[in-house]
Amino acid sequence: MKRATGWDDQVASAIVGELKGRDGALLPILHALQEEFGYVDQRVVAELATALNLSRAEVTGTISFYHDFRANPAGRHVIKICRAEACQSVGCEDLVAHLKRRHGLDVDALSADGLLTIETVYCLGNCALGPAILADGEPVGRVDADTLDSLVARAGSERALTDGEVLS
Amino acid sequence: MSGRARVFIPADSAALSVGAERVARAIRGEAEARGVDIEIVRTGSRGLLWLEPMVEVETADGRVGYGPIAPGDVASLFAAGFLDGGAHGRSLGRIEVHPLIARQTRLTFARVGVIDPLSLDDYRAHGGFAGLDKALAMPPAAIVEAVLQSGLRGRGGAGFPTGIKWRAVLGAEAPQKYVVCNADEGDSGTFADRMVMEGDPFMLIEGMIIAGLASGATKGFIYIRSEYPHAFATFEKAIATARAGGYLGASVRGSGRAFDIEARLGAGAYVCGEETSLLESLEGKRGVVRAKPPIPAFQGLFGKPTIVNNVLSLAAVPFILAEGPAAYARFGVGRSLGTLPVQLAGNVKRGGLYELPFGVTLREVIFDIGGGTRSGRPARAVQVGGPLGAYFPERLFDTPLDYEAFAALKGLLGHGGIVVFDDTVDLAAQARFAFEFCAKESCGKCTPCRIGAVRGRETMDRIIAGENRAENRAVLDDLLVLMTDASLCAMGGLTPVPVTSALTHFPEDFERAPLAAAAE
Repeated sequence: MKRATGWDDQVASAIVGELKGRDGALLPILHALQEEFGYVDQRVVAELATALNLSRAEVTGTISFYHDFRANPAGRHVIKICRAEACQSVGCEDLVAHLKRRHGLDVDALSADGLLTIETVYCLGNCALGPAILADGEPVGRVDADTLDSLVARAGSERALTDGEVLS
Repeated sequence: MSGRARVFIPADSAALSVGAERVARAIRGEAEARGVDIEIVRTGSRGLLWLEPMVEVETADGRVGYGPIAPGDVASLFAAGFLDGGAHGRSLGRIEVHPLIARQTRLTFARVGVIDPLSLDDYRAHGGFAGLDKALAMPPAAIVEAVLQSGLRGRGGAGFPTGIKWRAVLGAEAPQKYVVCNADEGDSGTFADRMVMEGDPFMLIEGMIIAGLASGATKGFIYIRSEYPHAFATFEKAIATARAGGYLGASVRGSGRAFDIEARLGAGAYVCGEETSLLESLEGKRGVVRAKPPIPAFQGLFGKPTIVNNVLSLAAVPFILAEGPAAYARFGVGRSLGTLPVQLAGNVKRGGLYELPFGVTLREVIFDIGGGTRSGRPARAVQVGGPLGAYFPERLFDTPLDYEAFAALKGLLGHGGIVVFDDTVDLAAQARFAFEFCAKESCGKCTPCRIGAVRGRETMDRIIAGENRAENRAVLDDLLVLMTDASLCAMGGLTPVPVTSALTHFPEDFERAPLAAAAE
C-alpha cells in the first residue's frame, strides 16, 4: 500500500502538468492526485480549470459527481465494504451494525482517531464469496465479525491491513 | 513424476480474497524446504469459486485439482504426493471431468483458469489470435457480416445485436473512430467481466482489435471500474505485453493497419455503465447520460463514431471469427444464441461462474449446480440481472434463461447474474433499497429518475410503516409508471422492475404489521 502524505501544491502541480495532455485528462488526473494524497484538495480546482480550459464549476462538479473522490484526507487505512444485493443476501448489513456496536465506527466516515476510513461500495465483483470488502485495496471474502475485529485491531499499524496472517 | 512439476494457483481476485496468495507462498516455501523443484503458474479462476483457493498440478492424465486449500493443508499435500496427483482429502480429481466443469459449454471461458493470463505463448498455444489472423485477411464488411450472422447480442444487459452497431460505425465517414469496451461491471451478482480481464485479457484485446479492423477505428479505450483494482492492473500489463508482441500499435502484426488500446479507470459511479454516461466519463466529465439520438455509432466518444460493447460481447468475437458464425449460433435457443456465462452469487452453496447454453432453467442453476442456499434455509427469491432486475419467487424457478422468457415475465437477464436469497429476506426492504440505490446513483439529468427515486423511497417507507397503505400504494403505482415511461435511461427506467416484481410476487411482505406496532 502506498502511504498518502500531506497535500503538497508542488507535487500536485507536477501531476497536473504530466497528465494534462491526455484525452479526457480530468479523471486520470483526479485519480493520480487521490492516489498520491488520499484525497483531492479544493486548492487544486483553479489550477485544473486553467490547465484543462474548463470552468471551476465543471471541475468541482466532476469531483463531487464521483463517489471515489474524497474532499478530505482519508485515514491511514481504508476499508471498502460492499453493501449491494449479493452481499446483503449473506448479511453485510449485520457487519455494518457490528462495526457501530462493537467499535463505534460509522460507515462513510473517518474514525475518531483518524486511522481508519470505512466506505460503502456497491459491488466488488466477489459476489459468490460475500460478504466482500477491500482492505487497503486487497480483496477479502466471506467476511465475518471476527475478520472485521482483527482488521480494526490492526488499524494502528503502519503495515497494510492484509499484510500478514490474519483473515479468512 | 518426471522433470519439474507445474503447479497452477489462481491469482483471480475472488481466489485472492480467500487466501490464494498465502497458499502460493506456503507451497513455494514447502517445496524449497523439501528441495523439490516446482514451477508455480498463476492463472485465472476456473469459476468453481466455492472451491477456492484451488490448486492444480499437471500429471500424465491431465490436470488434477485440490480444493479448497488452506496454508495449513500444504504440508499434507506434499506428503500425499500431490505433485503426481496423489490422493488427499481435498482431491477433486481431474478437473476437466469435474461434474460442474463437464456440464458447461466453455467458449468464452475456455482458457480462463487454465493458462497464464499474461503469457502470449500460452494464449497462442490455446487457440488465441486465430480469429485475428482470419480477420486480418478479410475486408471489414465481411468481418461485420460474420458477427451479424453469429447472432451475438450485447452482453451488457440490453441484448442489442452487436453486428448492427458495427455495421453502423463501419458505414460512418469520419477521420477518427473509436472502439470503447464497457468494463464498468457494476451489477451486483456479476463478475464475468472481471474474470475475463484477470484470467484471459488477450481474448478481450483480440476482440477489440477485430472490432477496430471491422469498423475502421484505430483507437480503443477500455473503461474499467475502480472497484476492480486487480483487473485494472492485470489488463494494463496485458496491453503492454500485446504491444511489445506486435499485436497493438501502428501496424497490427505487420498488416499496416493501426490499432492501440488505453485502459481508463472509473470512479465509483454505477450509472457510468450506461454507454453515453460512460462516454462522458471517458471525456473527463461528470457521468451524465446523453439523450439519444444521436447514437454513439454516429456521435460517440469525442463526438466521433464509436463502437461501445460490453466485455463479454467483445470476448465472444475471437471465437466467432476463428470457428465461424455458425459454430457460435449452434448454441442457444430462439433469438438467444451462443452461451451465457451464468454468475451464481449471494446466498448459495456452490457459487461461481458457469458458462451454459441459453435455455437452462433457474431451478437447474440454483439447485443442481448451486446446491441451494449457503445458509441451508429454503431459497425464497432470486434477483436476476443486477439491481435493475426482477425478484422471482420459487414458483417461477422453471423459467429458462433466455432474453425473451425473462422479458415475458417483466424481468431481464441483464449480464447474467443470479443472486439467491433465503427465507429471511424481506422483499419490502429490497424494494426500498432499489429506490435508495437509484437515488444515490442517479446522474441527475432527468427528473423522473432524480426525483422519482427519492419520492419512491419515501413512499415505500410510509407503506412499510403502515401509513395509509392504499393511498400510498396508488401514489407508488403512478410513480412506477412515470419512471418507466419518462426516464432518459435504464437507471430510472428499470428501477421499477425490482420494485414491481417484489410487489407482485411477494405482496405479503408489504402487508405485515409495522415493526413498531408489532413490538407493542
